[in-house]
Amino acid sequence: MSDLFSKFDPLIEQRDTLLESGITDPFNLVMERVESPTVAICNGRRTILLGTYNYMGMTFDPDVVAAGKKALDEFGSGTTGSRVLNGTYEGHKAVEQALKDFYAMDHAMVFSTGYQANLGVISTIAGKDDYIVLDIDSHASIYDGCALGNAQIVPFRHNDVEALEKRLKRIPEGAGKLVVLEGVYSMLGDVAPLKEMVAVSKANGAMVLVDEAHSMGFIGAHGRGVSEAQGIIDDVDFIIGTFSKSVGTVGGFCVSNHPKFEILRLVCRPYVFTASLPPSVVATAATSIRKLMDSADKREHLWENSKRLHAGLRQLGFTLGTDEAQSAIIAVIMPDLETGAAMWEALLHEGLYVNLARPPATPAGMTLLRCSLCALHSEEQVGEILGMFAAAGRATGCIS
Amino acid sequence: MPDRQQTLAKVLETIAPFNKKGADVTEATRFAQDLEWDSLTVLDFVANVEDEFDVLISMNMQAEIETVGQLVDALQKLKA
Repeated sequence: MSDLFSKFDPLIEQRDTLLESGITDPFNLVMERVESPTVAICNGRRTILLGTYNYMGMTFDPDVVAAGKKALDEFGSGTTGSRVLNGTYEGHKAVEQALKDFYAMDHAMVFSTGYQANLGVISTIAGKDDYIVLDIDSHASIYDGCALGNAQIVPFRHNDVEALEKRLKRIPEGAGKLVVLEGVYSMLGDVAPLKEMVAVSKANGAMVLVDEAHSMGFIGAHGRGVSEAQGIIDDVDFIIGTFSKSVGTVGGFCVSNHPKFEILRLVCRPYVFTASLPPSVVATAATSIRKLMDSADKREHLWENSKRLHAGLRQLGFTLGTDEAQSAIIAVIMPDLETGAAMWEALLHEGLYVNLARPPATPAGMTLLRCSLCALHSEEQVGEILGMFAAAGRATGCIS
Repeated sequence: MPDRQQTLAKVLETIAPFNKKGADVTEATRFAQDLEWDSLTVLDFVANVEDEFDVLISMNMQAEIETVGQLVDALQKLKA
């Protein structure tokens, strides 16, 4: 039968073929119990988690959990409304204040997810006849933000400063310009040359938005991200972030020093026409963000974990996405989807959970086993992880 | 306005390294269907065309361009 779903047939077929080989579905893993930020029970087996974005391990922090319970008791389970009409509680103001303090910025606006933050801010500030210049490897939420708006969309080659500059110079005189970059690119875990890119953008009269989703809490002296680490955070007009990674819950935000920023609350549709975050979520987020301000020791330990895993995997003979550890994401490049799925399953049997990533999420058609470390992984766990990679790699023929 | 034939010749030159199948390319050739380019190849090709002609071909414009001839027309307009 042919209907609107016929366009998905090739994907359905590819998926069926993969699962017919008897492999565990890599995109349907269920965690039956979660014991801590680094351990869950999957298929009845104790599994080390190396495929979450729980970089700073805040999900089971006692203060964070207590704040959530208290808010649930005092404010109920949900707001049932939009921030603009009927959904702003004390907790929403408190988490926005926590963000302003964390980033040392004048304005903060909280969205229901990180995806919606990109969708809302990008589609609203770049209008018809404006130009958005973005890195070609940008996250889906950035592309969808572009698609929702009416601006002219111009991608440039990944992390290529010269390609960015050339395109900025070709934009017609007088047109508004927004450059969209990410601090850490989530598939390969590589960092952008923000210092050079922001300088080039400013020299050409563009505003700059940086998505720091994968760097918040971890990179930079105060955990403000790659733009802090590279010393140019004051030149960035908008920072987009999320509560679903280092902060350990769900939600998204934009922080800015722009004097007219607050008008976005009235004109940004993905902010206006959706329900606000539940009180328990904003309470856990605010508590977590304030604790992340004083987490220098955890940041240091996460760097040690990341560098050790990167060096260890390389020594075992795996091909990695970056020459050295640039973030808490270590991407192991697989030759193809079948090998990647086999290796993913072998690791799961060893008791290790990583992400199998494939196009269109990945650049250049790559299949990746993405590992993301947590500040609460112990030294022993990193050793265990390397042992599991060695065993699974040999069993599947990925390494000799 | 630059000579249309010159623009076409330059476009064909830019296509050549991406024409892995060695298909005959005319103005009617469609990038996706006839050359079987995937989205990544298209992105690389567009970047090369942009640099070759010193223009911007936004994704909005790309959505309207299916054939070699349409690309030449768009470039003629951009350079006018």
